Amino acid sequence: MSEAAVADTRRLNAKPQDLTDAYGPPSNFLEIDIFNPQTVGMGRARYTSYELRMRTNLPIFKLKESCVRRRYSDFEWLKNELERDSKIVVPPLPGKALKRQLPFRGDEGIFEESFIEERRQGLEQFINKIAGHPLAQNERCLHMFLQEETIDRNYVPGKVHQ
Amino acid sequence: MSFFGFGQSAEVELVLSDAESRRRVEHKTEEGKKEKYFLFYDGETVSGRVILTLKHPNRRLEHQGIKVEFIGQIELYYDRGNHHEFVSLVKDLARPGEFTQSQIFDFEFTHVEKPYESYTGQNVKLRYFLRATVSRRLNDVVKEMDIVVHTLSTYPELNSSIKMEVGIEDCLHIEFEYNKSKYHLKDVIVGKIYFLLVRIKIKHMEIDIIKRETTGTGPNVYHENDTIAKYEIMDGAPVRGESIPIRLFLAGYELTPTMRDINKKFSVRYYLNLVLIDEEERRYFKQQCFALLSLMQLPVAMGRICPRRPLGSPPCPDHGEETFRKAA
Repeated sequence: MSEAAVADTRRLNAKPQDLTDAYGPPSNFLEIDIFNPQTVGMGRARYTSYELRMRTNLPIFKLKESCVRRRYSDFEWLKNELERDSKIVVPPLPGKALKRQLPFRGDEGIFEESFIEERRQGLEQFINKIAGHPLAQNERCLHMFLQEETIDRNYVPGKVHQ
Repeated sequence: MSFFGFGQSAEVELVLSDAESRRRVEHKTEEGKKEKYFLFYDGETVSGRVILTLKHPNRRLEHQGIKVEFIGQIELYYDRGNHHEFVSLVKDLARPGEFTQSQIFDFEFTHVEKPYESYTGQNVKLRYFLRATVSRRLNDVVKEMDIVVHTLSTYPELNSSIKMEVGIEDCLHIEFEYNKSKYHLKDVIVGKIYFLLVRIKIKHMEIDIIKRETTGTGPNVYHENDTIAKYEIMDGAPVRGESIPIRLFLAGYELTPTMRDINKKFSVRYYLNLVLIDEEERRYFKQQCFALLSLMQLPVAMGRICPRRPLGSPPCPDHGEETFRKAA
């Protein structure tokens, strides 16, 4: 073949796309919202919990819609479980804010509105990143976190299969 | 490169007999500069003259012999002391004696074998050169002239396409196809990516050309990977049934032919990396070995043809195939 000949650059044959595939709903729908922070409890036992609503059409999740309440330490638990069992690099959580928990502060500490909002945003980013990771989707801890009302800390860690 | 000893009394020059008509090509030096050198092919005769010029024509030049050599050698940068010569020819031009005037010596290396292509890489260099030496008691007068050698291949009769279905189970299934398995340096890679299942949020897709230079043997093997090209082929989220075309012109990139286990010292291989990036910047990729040839009409035996791999067969590490996997 001489170098002067023009190469054939025509496209390879491709199957025409089915119109229901082209215009149908995408099969990668996954949205998790964190909202409605509420501070419960009295005195030292006070804490803030957030509502976590998930909507998805991924078949690996048993429920297509779920709504649970979680607190910051639940997120920490999830991060530890994933770091131990899965091979993924887990994204960082928003800070623990230990300084805010010291006494003699001028403001509300960790119950300050602006802080709660900052934390809410950080948690939302965190959970969306993780839930979309194909390797994390195989972990039972993630499914329990997202879709079961309470987290059973004595659960048996393992993988989820279709 | 010539040595300028203390009180140089003679100068040596190398001139090719067909310097006017012979083609010159650009070749990268070790420092990365591009320079022009005379181009030779395997089997061609290398002939010319050595011109010895005396700086002081009335003084005698004593010498221990004059010779010219044609050398093809492989230099590993981490082992500069050991040059591996795979071609070494010598012609004696003069026996020990003395000269009172400048001299011209003709030489001819007939039908010299030049089995490998000249290559200047990251950790290894393969070069051919002429070296004229005037031996003296204290220091020799040496002159070297590098030449460049290109290898030739005919267009392979059988050049099957590469077609494979890969993915992550129940998450992402694609079928990719490249129209050939062997391309020449000015060729065009024509292909397509067909999406069978998309359950992740893809942001864009690109094709990278990776050059892998392998030096050393046994436990001392060292791979140097270099991304020669990154070419985006899709921007946006695909859905099932979509087919994305690929058209990548190779002439725009600095490529060399694939070199397999040259003199058992080094290899240069090329890979196509198909990379999908999702909305969280996670990268999913499939690496595929392919061959690059330099083509001309002259018939020279071709190398081994990479067989088409059937679906589901285990990956072939020899061709750099890896199972589809994700980065964390």
